[in-house]
Amino acid sequence: MHVPDGFFDAPTSVGTAVVAVAGVAVALRRSSRELDERTAPLAGLVAVFIFAAQLLNFPVGAGTSGHLLGGALAAILVGPWTATLCMTVVLTVQSLLFADGGVTALGTNITLMAIVGVWVGWGVFVLLRRLAGPSRPALVAPLAGVAAFVSVPATALAFTLLYAVGGRADIPLDALATAMVGWHSLIGLGEAAITTLAVGTVLATRPDLVHGARGLASARPLEIRAVNA
Amino acid sequence: MTRTTRMAGTATASSGRRLSVRGLVLSGLAVCLVLAGVVSIWASSNPDGLEYVAAKLGFDTTAGEHATAGSPFADYLVAGIGQERLSGAIAGVVGVLVVAGVAFGLMHLLARRGPRDALTADAVTTDERSGSRDDG
Repeated sequence: MHVPDGFFDAPTSVGTAVVAVAGVAVALRRSSRELDERTAPLAGLVAVFIFAAQLLNFPVGAGTSGHLLGGALAAILVGPWTATLCMTVVLTVQSLLFADGGVTALGTNITLMAIVGVWVGWGVFVLLRRLAGPSRPALVAPLAGVAAFVSVPATALAFTLLYAVGGRADIPLDALATAMVGWHSLIGLGEAAITTLAVGTVLATRPDLVHGARGLASARPLEIRAVNA
Repeated sequence: MTRTTRMAGTATASSGRRLSVRGLVLSGLAVCLVLAGVVSIWASSNPDGLEYVAAKLGFDTTAGEHATAGSPFADYLVAGIGQERLSGAIAGVVGVLVVAGVAFGLMHLLARRGPRDALTADAVTTDERSGSRDDG
């Protein structure tokens, strides 16, 4: 869902750039509660995985494709503040080195995918985890999948709202909303599958590192880590 | 090697002997290199959701020439390598390495911030932090 240069007018691009800079600045500060010497390498890996997975467009029918956004995945594995930073690194490299996502649209892309996508995914996950009860670690991966699914059409909806504010073409917004949310709901199914698999894999190997599983019964043997690692 | 460490980690996850952080990250990086350098060859080249909707509703025409369209890696191809699959595979691997350099460097720096920051943000004690530092 990388927005190219030219989709939005200048005030909107400046506005989202301000939001992006503010969001990243807060994330840099708040990520200290999520990052330590054990989780920092996982955060690096999450960014790399999202970059690699975003190369893998999967078909969603009728000549359309989609790829992982990764915001929910990152938030659940390494925490939402760090996830915003992971997404920002990926989006910046994609824009500057690979001409994927406009340079003047970088603020828009960070706002949509590194902030909205991350926080919708994290918010849905936290809500579902609370509803599921406090000690259900087996549910973390499937709930991550549901949160990832929701985050994709939610990000598409955010794009539509932004387009209503500052899109440069005069197009019917209801048609835009329908098409964006519709296609991205299909893409969200792929997002859910990849997120469930990735979160499940890390949970199976190092559950203690998974931010979204903190405080759950089988995922907090911190004393054991100190002895073995 | 990657496979055995991964299997060992999975099998013993609940019994206490777990895959080290280093093992997890190296296995993960190997997977990412394969995804970017090999699996990406089979990625769909159809427009993504936004591109498709933009073309269908006709607002794709407002997109300008990309400011970094002259980058040697623009559009995930390496300038000068005409064979498209090879070009895309190399660009993907380069991207993995660049993102890895930036992301691991940034996260490492952020994790090494003084305990004062961490203390104000979280209830991590200085003892716990210095303990996990030995952990590598």
